[in-house]
Amino acid sequence: MELIFAKSQKGRRGTSLPRTDVPAACAVPEKFRRAKAAELPEVTEQDAVRHYTLLSRKNMGVDTNFYPLGSCTMKYNPKFHERIAVLPGFADLHPLLPQLRHGGALTQGALAVIYEAQRILSELLGFADCTMQPLAGAHGELTGVMLIAAYHKARGDEARKIMLIPDAAHGTNPASAAVSGFECREVATDDEGNVCIEDLKSKLGPNVAGFMLTCPSTLGLFDQNVKEVCELVHQAGGLNYCDGANFNAIMGRVRPGDIGFDVMHVNLHKTFATPHGGGGPGSGPVGVAECLVPFLPVSRVEKRNDGTYALQYHCDDSIGYIAPFYGNFGVILRAYAYMLSLGREGFKRVSENAVLSANYMRVRLKQHFAQKVDRVCMHECVMSATPQAEKGVHALDIAKALIDRGFHPPTMYFPLIVPEALMIEPTETESKETLDEFISALIEIAEMVDTNPEEILKCPVTTPVKRLDETAAARKPVVADLA
Amino acid sequence: MPYIANTQADREEMFKHIGCADFAEMWRQAQVTVPEPSLDSLPHGLSEFEVVSNLKQLAAKNASELVNFLGAGYYDHIIPAAVSDITSRTEFYTAYTPYQPEASQGTLQAIYEYQSMICRLTGMPVANASLYDGGTALFEAMMMAVRATRRRQVVISEAVSPIFRKMIECYSSNLDIELISVPAGTADSNQQALLDAVTDATACVMVQYPNVFGTIEDWSEFTAQIHAGKAMAVCSTYPISLALLTPPGELGFDIVTGEGQSMGIPLSFGGPYLGFMAVTEKLMRKMPGRICGRTADADGREGFVLTLQTREQHIRREAAMSNICTNENLCALSALVYLSCVGKQGLIDVAELCAAKAVFAREQLLAIKGVEPVGGDAFFNEFVIKLPMDAGEAVGKMIDKGFAAGFPLGRYYADRSNQLLVAVTEKRTREEIKALANALEGVLWN
Repeated sequence: MELIFAKSQKGRRGTSLPRTDVPAACAVPEKFRRAKAAELPEVTEQDAVRHYTLLSRKNMGVDTNFYPLGSCTMKYNPKFHERIAVLPGFADLHPLLPQLRHGGALTQGALAVIYEAQRILSELLGFADCTMQPLAGAHGELTGVMLIAAYHKARGDEARKIMLIPDAAHGTNPASAAVSGFECREVATDDEGNVCIEDLKSKLGPNVAGFMLTCPSTLGLFDQNVKEVCELVHQAGGLNYCDGANFNAIMGRVRPGDIGFDVMHVNLHKTFATPHGGGGPGSGPVGVAECLVPFLPVSRVEKRNDGTYALQYHCDDSIGYIAPFYGNFGVILRAYAYMLSLGREGFKRVSENAVLSANYMRVRLKQHFAQKVDRVCMHECVMSATPQAEKGVHALDIAKALIDRGFHPPTMYFPLIVPEALMIEPTETESKETLDEFISALIEIAEMVDTNPEEILKCPVTTPVKRLDETAAARKPVVADLA
Repeated sequence: MPYIANTQADREEMFKHIGCADFAEMWRQAQVTVPEPSLDSLPHGLSEFEVVSNLKQLAAKNASELVNFLGAGYYDHIIPAAVSDITSRTEFYTAYTPYQPEASQGTLQAIYEYQSMICRLTGMPVANASLYDGGTALFEAMMMAVRATRRRQVVISEAVSPIFRKMIECYSSNLDIELISVPAGTADSNQQALLDAVTDATACVMVQYPNVFGTIEDWSEFTAQIHAGKAMAVCSTYPISLALLTPPGELGFDIVTGEGQSMGIPLSFGGPYLGFMAVTEKLMRKMPGRICGRTADADGREGFVLTLQTREQHIRREAAMSNICTNENLCALSALVYLSCVGKQGLIDVAELCAAKAVFAREQLLAIKGVEPVGGDAFFNEFVIKLPMDAGEAVGKMIDKGFAAGFPLGRYYADRSNQLLVAVTEKRTREEIKALANALEGVLWN
């Protein structure tokens, strides 16, 4: 499809503006003016709307297709959340208002949303407090790791420069640790899919700041030694970071604060049903145990004894400002609506149904694919297409064949320790019929590997484009149409 | 309601398949043996109707109806309805990062068009798919300069948004980076002091254009002097102003970032917003974040993919250019649809309206006895005035009269307690501006 620029015609307009009601004047001196107008398109509003509507139809989304992208928790996004986010009392609220004198009184409703979401989240995670500021999951990781650094620094324990990270971890974990100045060391995973205790012990020591563990793990498993792991790290003077990308598996059933974790982020755009937006905006609040509360970012939202809410900017030990304001408020608002919908009885129902669906998927598929570990999994199951790969059909090819059958593929080639990985996360909002259709499609593809592998290698053929040449794209990148 | 699809009958059949009697046994077999927490302190679940009523009441407690002259980097511009109509297309907002390009051409082409428009506005050849916000974008720019120059000293002007500077200080605190903050002039960046601060260890100099006081400055010779010392010139900018101003790319900047909220994204109490970033060709492979590139399929049909992924965390892990994964894609889509609807002439008209109304507002305010200008006459839509009283106190009193009159600079600049930063957008009318001046005169002299 042509770019929007191709539809441009000189003189065409797409918007109307208020009439000028002041004298024409401008304080931009001639010498600072651009010589040539920026070459934005000249289209009607209808041209633009049709163009982007047609583009939207070239996408798969949760509302159009089953989207079992492991580790991403592509659950249904309730529609009324969108209506709440555009209420003028929220959408038109300037973030600097609370910084004006007596300004806190101007935003009591918004501060209530943040505070109450914080409170529910702290309760679910089993932590003393949390900050809603981090703007995405990886931003939450960065915040959490900075809190760990501040903790050791405050104790004069500044030799702790190493962050331990399992080999199965999301790439963001080592990247976040590195961005905050830590060196990363990898800890092995054992044959059961747990943290290799011996390897962990051999790497713990007075230079270790902490251990970043995804719980449940990226293999979709609950580490049976998790309490022992947390204790070992504590004994060595380190803190335990929990990557909460997979919190949907344990929400309402396990509180990470109860089992020895000190700090954790969750992704509101995963577990708490806010839209993924094609790659954001997300939100990655961070919960902390008592020992890390003094270091939380500024500002803190507090509730006063008289029931009003206030922002606290005087936090002497705080790591400082990690976000411009109070977080991705529009995302927090949607997540808060979801928390209110679920209520105390709903949280665990979500996790137990998510886990049940993943296990159903695992049991139905395991005769057809390999598995690194064969045991009851959590909210996602990791299959390995090694039997198919030996016959020349790889995880990537299977993914493309799924697209032709109307499904968004699972996450591929992750975690890195599973060859030919297909990580499938059905979520609790999808029905058994949908799961059955997907299972049938995967089994059909697995059988085709023996009967007609060439057909799979050609997939996808039903999409607007066939497989794209990614090598050429990277070798000579064309990343913009300049005027 | 927890939005669960399966019925009890479905569950029973699924349990049979996995060989568990019930959820309790399933958890046990999954090795989840820790005691179950009590959630009795949490509220009971509510229906959609009840949640909406509850949140409408909270929304009504916010003073979003104040007449807004508050900016400081976050502006109250007109947003055409078409913007939210398109971003509400569920094919866009319920998708994830386009890892499967054949099933995500809508998102990918939108990113490519967005990158193209950011390039055209900034005058740079390369842009990424978005970063979290203007502050994190400026931090990422700094880190890119540090990587590219292998130097660890950074010079930043205090005429850069104090909010961004606080974020950068926070992120740098554990890194071996020497951050040199250079005090601003009256309402300018004090270019000479910035140049004087540069040494042969300087990775980059970071400025804002127009600066936080609203002043437009001439950077054309400055960047050449920075380059002479083999350092990089970085600027944070306000995209609407670029409809009128010489684009940073033509002024010799190496990295251009900014807050993109002004392009069709609601103020929404601080987010989600949009960090944008554009760089020179030379820096493309050192840039953080997603980048969309144009390519072709086996039949020669044009299509789009995420490219240069070896820069990113999921491949490079601790050696990645950044830890960013999820960015602000839907906000970038808002900016794209905004720029498409407003268009080439429309964006100039928006900017001219802002500029004319700002000139009018400044004249009206300076006509009040005791109100003085701060800084010169070259500004876009934001300017500083000095009041004969504490600006914070004056703004507090203006709220009672229905105005968010501006941002009192004393909050971030101890020596500017009487200074007020006033922003004027195309939304403000002549009547509102006159009423603002009348109300302020009342506050100052009654």
